[in-house]
Amino acid sequence: MSLHRVLTGAPRSAPATYAEHVAQFGELPRTADITKELLASGLTGHGGAAFPTGKKVELLKNQRHGVQFVVVNAMEGEPASMKDRVLLSTNPHLVIDGAVALANTLDADQVIICVPRDRPQLAAIVQRAIEERPSRARRDARIELQTPPGRYVAGEESALVHWLNDKETLPQYRPTRPAILTIGRSATLVDNAETCAHVALIARYGAPWFRQVGTANRPGTAVVTVSGAVKPAVTEVPYGTPIIDIARECGVTNPPQAFLLAGFGGVWIDGAEAHRGFDDDSLRPIKATTGAGIVVALPLNACGIRETARIVRWMAGESARQCGPCAFGLPALADDLELLASGRRAEQTLSRLQSRASVIEGRGACRHPDGVVRLVRSALEVFAADVVRHANGNPCVHAQSTVVHVPATQREEELEWQ
Amino acid sequence: MAMRKRGASFRLVVDPVRCDGYGHCHELAPELVTLDEWGYPIITANAFPGNDRELMRSAQLAVRGCPRMALVIEKISAQ
Repeated sequence: MSLHRVLTGAPRSAPATYAEHVAQFGELPRTADITKELLASGLTGHGGAAFPTGKKVELLKNQRHGVQFVVVNAMEGEPASMKDRVLLSTNPHLVIDGAVALANTLDADQVIICVPRDRPQLAAIVQRAIEERPSRARRDARIELQTPPGRYVAGEESALVHWLNDKETLPQYRPTRPAILTIGRSATLVDNAETCAHVALIARYGAPWFRQVGTANRPGTAVVTVSGAVKPAVTEVPYGTPIIDIARECGVTNPPQAFLLAGFGGVWIDGAEAHRGFDDDSLRPIKATTGAGIVVALPLNACGIRETARIVRWMAGESARQCGPCAFGLPALADDLELLASGRRAEQTLSRLQSRASVIEGRGACRHPDGVVRLVRSALEVFAADVVRHANGNPCVHAQSTVVHVPATQREEELEWQ
Repeated sequence: MAMRKRGASFRLVVDPVRCDGYGHCHELAPELVTLDEWGYPIITANAFPGNDRELMRSAQLAVRGCPRMALVIEKISAQ
């Protein structure tokens, strides 16, 4: 069932050394340009947006002044995800190889690996790996580690690049997408850490090998974090593997009532849809995506509305508070959901929640508020029966148990942005 | 001469990061901007024709009246 490609060798007691890495995969071939191979492989980004990696590289290659930076995004601010952490602590060199292959392709001077500063052990693993790399030829890219603050939006690519520029981890307003991100005046490629690991394998084994598993539109494998009803676990599976099988593999035994897919800005799907494959084509009819490879199983003895309220409250706290509709709108959505779960004044609350969701959507500089709106809408659909029950004045019977791991909300003055 | 070119369309665009919810845009261009419950602008007209003098005038007033310079008039390129 599971198929370890980028997770080859996992679980390991210690991260692979460079010698162990080369013994496993061989040296990174010194191909100058792997754009064609990336395009043929059909690899899409594993950070959530699933943008075709080859297309992104091609777009950047056509920049008049060239690309100077390749940024590896291992910020993983998503509380329901552990994949990038697991990947880097299994074999940091695979991720670095991918970034180097991308830098070679774009003739970039520098690779910057970004790990949140509240994970010092992970940063140490990456730093050690960088120091372990064999001395580079003159024209190879320099590799360095950066540790921005570990906020949810810090991993949003414009916020990440903003931090690298000005040490402020705030999303930027980009009216025309896809805008080219720049550090200083140099075009910059930002790719998720797992994406880089897949690139490293494509550079070695080629596109036909990559396409041997997965679906036609989403070839290859995905590293998936399963949590909720079970202790968080990470597995690697071909795209298209049924969601229920992924959940079972990670120890989910009783059929869950629902699943949260993609992340905290993702969507709930009904437990009855669990036979669907974990790939965007199979999930499109139910408006879900694979996102950053996240499956949260919600057991029967939990309240979906209450869980959603907890998530939205946390997401509201993680707003960068730059845009009014996000700064004020998200706490309002959380208030409404909490009222709804408590069964008080639920009917007015429901209609207000729906109209607020529509008002907020699309009015932030980044997609943070849109993700929350998407989550709220899916909760109202999937947990419609609970909504009606609560709206009739019946508070949640499962009010005691909480399932989704939501970090403690920090007070506004504690938040670190610089 | 052949057919006259149709006039271009325009829209008002808010930079949500700059905007601090002063609400002047709504005062100056109520036919283009409403406010949400927190006082932040919602652009109601997706597009207005460039030859509509009144709307263009309102849009320009809103742009100039914004203390945060958060508004621009954007030409909608024909797709």
